[in-house]
Amino acid sequence: MTEHDPEALNVAPGEPHDTLLSETLSYVIGLGLALVLTVVSFWVASTSELWGPGVAVGLVVLAIAQMGVHLVFFLHITSGPDNTNNVLALAFGVLIVVLVMVGTIWIMAHLAAGMAAGPELTNLQMQHG
Amino acid sequence: MTSSEAVAIGLTHGGSEDTGLGNRGPQSKSIVVPYGFWLFVLSDMVLFSALFASYASLVHATDSGPVTNQLFDRTNVAIETASLLLSSFVCGLAIIAAKRKNLFWTEAWLVLTGLLGLVFLVIELREFAGMIAIGAGPQRSAFLSSFFTLVGCHGAHVTAGLLWIGTMMAQIWAKGFQPHIGRRLLCLSVFWHALDIIWVAIFTIVYLIGTLP
Repeated sequence: MTEHDPEALNVAPGEPHDTLLSETLSYVIGLGLALVLTVVSFWVASTSELWGPGVAVGLVVLAIAQMGVHLVFFLHITSGPDNTNNVLALAFGVLIVVLVMVGTIWIMAHLAAGMAAGPELTNLQMQHG
Repeated sequence: MTSSEAVAIGLTHGGSEDTGLGNRGPQSKSIVVPYGFWLFVLSDMVLFSALFASYASLVHATDSGPVTNQLFDRTNVAIETASLLLSSFVCGLAIIAAKRKNLFWTEAWLVLTGLLGLVFLVIELREFAGMIAIGAGPQRSAFLSSFFTLVGCHGAHVTAGLLWIGTMMAQIWAKGFQPHIGRRLLCLSVFWHALDIIWVAIFTIVYLIGTLP
């Protein structure tokens, strides 16, 4: 890394920056890992050998792992010093995505539980009305 | 700093070295343009998170209509997943070829990327048509409204990506590997990889968890 090389301190997201062999190898490794994770996902969803209630959680974990594989091997988002801006933007995006999804699912599940009143409560409301 | 160095790092206003952006000045366009596009892609994922959240909230609101287990076919989903993943991989190969200014392989890998994307899109549209034909269209229930919005929005992104791939192939053919064409191609690859990331979430949350016994 030379002092005046403008490309040395930052890289653009998605841009491979190495020799032909190592760049291709990065995509091949990514493809292999993603294929393995996909096959495992479909197997986990189909088999009856696993503990039922844990299957959905396991599938979500496998999906998150595969997203990580895509980010690292296809989009080249790494923890290197040349990638700080890309990672910070990603971290903020992940924060918002988690807030939106967990917040919505949490609130709506509570709302559904609150709305699912038993028959006695329903009758009570009808008597008052 | 010499004037040629100032141009090389994108510091083109000349004169004072104090740019307010540190001694090195702003980044070059080859960094700034894909970084801006990366921010767009991340905001697109925030949009999808809202669609996922509404789908998760409404998945049981079937209004006595068809439920997930009756509608989804895992074989279709497996083929869709494989074609989109391979498409994403081949798109990376196109970027590697473009970086080395190899016209034949860049165009060849881009054609393959687009064809695999087309396979995905055709299977998805056939699935939608089949669902609508048996009365499970978006008007049937809140669950189906949110399903068609979420999966259809991803499909619309893939359609836009296919048009973009065609445009980039024409531009590379007509204008050659100029710097601004290279930046557009890199943005296209970021977009295409991001679509595959969103599809991973869709096939897991909608299709696999939706068809658990």
